[in-house]
Amino acid sequence: MATIDVPEQVSVLADAEALRKACKGWGTDEKAIISVLGHRNAVQRKQIRLAYEDLYQEDLIKRLESELSGDFEKAVYRWILDPADRDAVLANVAIKKLSPDHHVIVEISCTRSPEELLAVRRAYQARYKHSLEEDVAAHTKGDTRKLLVSLVSAFRYDGEEINTRVANSEAKILHEAVKDKEFNHEEIIRILSTRSKMQLMATFNRYRDDHGTTITKNLEGDSGDEFLKTLRATIRCLNDPKKYFEKVLRNSIRRVGTDEDALTRVIVTRAEKDLKDIKELYYKRNSVSLDQAVAKDTSGDYKALLLTLLGKED
Amino acid sequence: MALPVDIEALDKAFSGIGVDEKSLISILTNSNEEHKKSLRKGSSKLFIEDAKGFERSDQSSIKILKHQFKRFRDAVMLSILHPWERDARLIEKAIRKGPKHYNVIVEMACTRSSDQLLGARKAYHSLFHHSIEEHLVTHIKGRERKLLVALVSAYRFDGPGVNEDVAKSEAQILYEAINNGEKNKLLDHEDAIMILATRSKQHLQALYQHYNQSYDKTLAQDLEGEGILKDTVECLCTPQTYFTRVLEAAVKEDADEESKRALTRVIVTQKEQLVKEGFVPNKIQDILLGLYKDFMLASIASGDIK
Repeated sequence: MATIDVPEQVSVLADAEALRKACKGWGTDEKAIISVLGHRNAVQRKQIRLAYEDLYQEDLIKRLESELSGDFEKAVYRWILDPADRDAVLANVAIKKLSPDHHVIVEISCTRSPEELLAVRRAYQARYKHSLEEDVAAHTKGDTRKLLVSLVSAFRYDGEEINTRVANSEAKILHEAVKDKEFNHEEIIRILSTRSKMQLMATFNRYRDDHGTTITKNLEGDSGDEFLKTLRATIRCLNDPKKYFEKVLRNSIRRVGTDEDALTRVIVTRAEKDLKDIKELYYKRNSVSLDQAVAKDTSGDYKALLLTLLGKED
Repeated sequence: MALPVDIEALDKAFSGIGVDEKSLISILTNSNEEHKKSLRKGSSKLFIEDAKGFERSDQSSIKILKHQFKRFRDAVMLSILHPWERDARLIEKAIRKGPKHYNVIVEMACTRSSDQLLGARKAYHSLFHHSIEEHLVTHIKGRERKLLVALVSAYRFDGPGVNEDVAKSEAQILYEAINNGEKNKLLDHEDAIMILATRSKQHLQALYQHYNQSYDKTLAQDLEGEGILKDTVECLCTPQTYFTRVLEAAVKEDADEESKRALTRVIVTQKEQLVKEGFVPNKIQDILLGLYKDFMLASIASGDIK
């Protein structure tokens, strides 16, 4: 379930005006920005941008970029984009790093629906004049590259059908791989990148039933090569995305010096999806609410925006 | 007694691609039982003398005849289906039928626009309740699998702005893969597959030019005999060469059934291109028959209708 709190009635014209007012003159009224944008869904945010452009012949995003700075600016920028466009930006940022953030690519390709991933690929092309898979291929190597390119190129069947025979045989294959660490990478990549999510759930369940432990538990504790890490992230995202996101949040906060990129990314991308469930998981796991943890670890306008997206009442 | 000219006409009615329906009507409806008997006796391809004293149909020839009659129907179906469903069904059939048909998968993946290929993938979900990739990996165990999966999964950028330096260096990568490595390992060459499967067509066409300039031969020439690798390069870089090749193979003297089917597929799906490039083999006029011929010629004639 979503966490953002959107009012019953919304006037995008009034919103555009309010944002204009917040940016005009000396200094910026960040609170006003948060109180408008933090309470609007994707459709409304898009309409506000159009209204703003209409009224003031200016791109709202560019204006905000120039007015704001730091983690707050990054968060607002990501929040205000269309979800597909946002994912394209996140993917590009991840790819272009000196040491690419493979897990972000995994996250985007495995936790979005097949149609959403297609939209991301389209948005990526529109922005960067390259295909997503092209850029991933050009910036990664070896088996990690094979896995990531397969994941971003996948267009999984989204039906409910499950083949138990397949679940059985593929659970075996995965178990062999995990146990021996003599991975037949081709087979694993094939299974994880082509099967439907329902089929994969059945396979993971079968794995758990056969071996008394979840596949992700069996993968834990390995530090190790990049492929293994990416593989772990893949299986976690496919197996239980909410749990995966809870872990990302937990790690991002726990670090000495918060990982704002990860924190922003998860909150912004899940606020309209399942952040509420993730919050529950967080509380169960850490005995402190995510709101509290974020409040403790962040400050200023950045903190205010995150808390608003988390559903805190103004 | 049937006249020799009738026997010849009957033979001719079945000896092209398609069937001469008008001729058959005229011969058969004007034949009494005597006539028909001598037609059968004179038609050594279709009938054999049975020991029990009658002219028995040769089943393998009759089977071939079924294909001939089916061509018009196939042309209609290919023509009327939504392109997404059409391409999805062609891919599914090719997967089922095996290695000799993999070029059809390459054709679908590489000669369609990015959005058309996406559409075919969506239609595939609806029709077959699996993704194309899933079926490919399930049914194809051979070394072609990697390339085919990569090709159908592509969503290539379509637009200008090729980085010529990259195109040139990737031409070199392919050159080295082909000429220094073992040729039969090409299908396992990760970099080659990545280049062919992820780069835009514009980029690959630039790469093709660089290859030609740098090495004095075309990439397609260097891939002679390499089956779907050559098909891939042709479909992406020089599609008219690929289609010409397919059409010419279809109208050859000893063309097999699959090659002939390609005729319908290419003419129906590529008619705009055919007209534009002006590359219909002349033999079509002579070798096609009946309603099927009418359909094919009319398709080409109307090719520039939008």
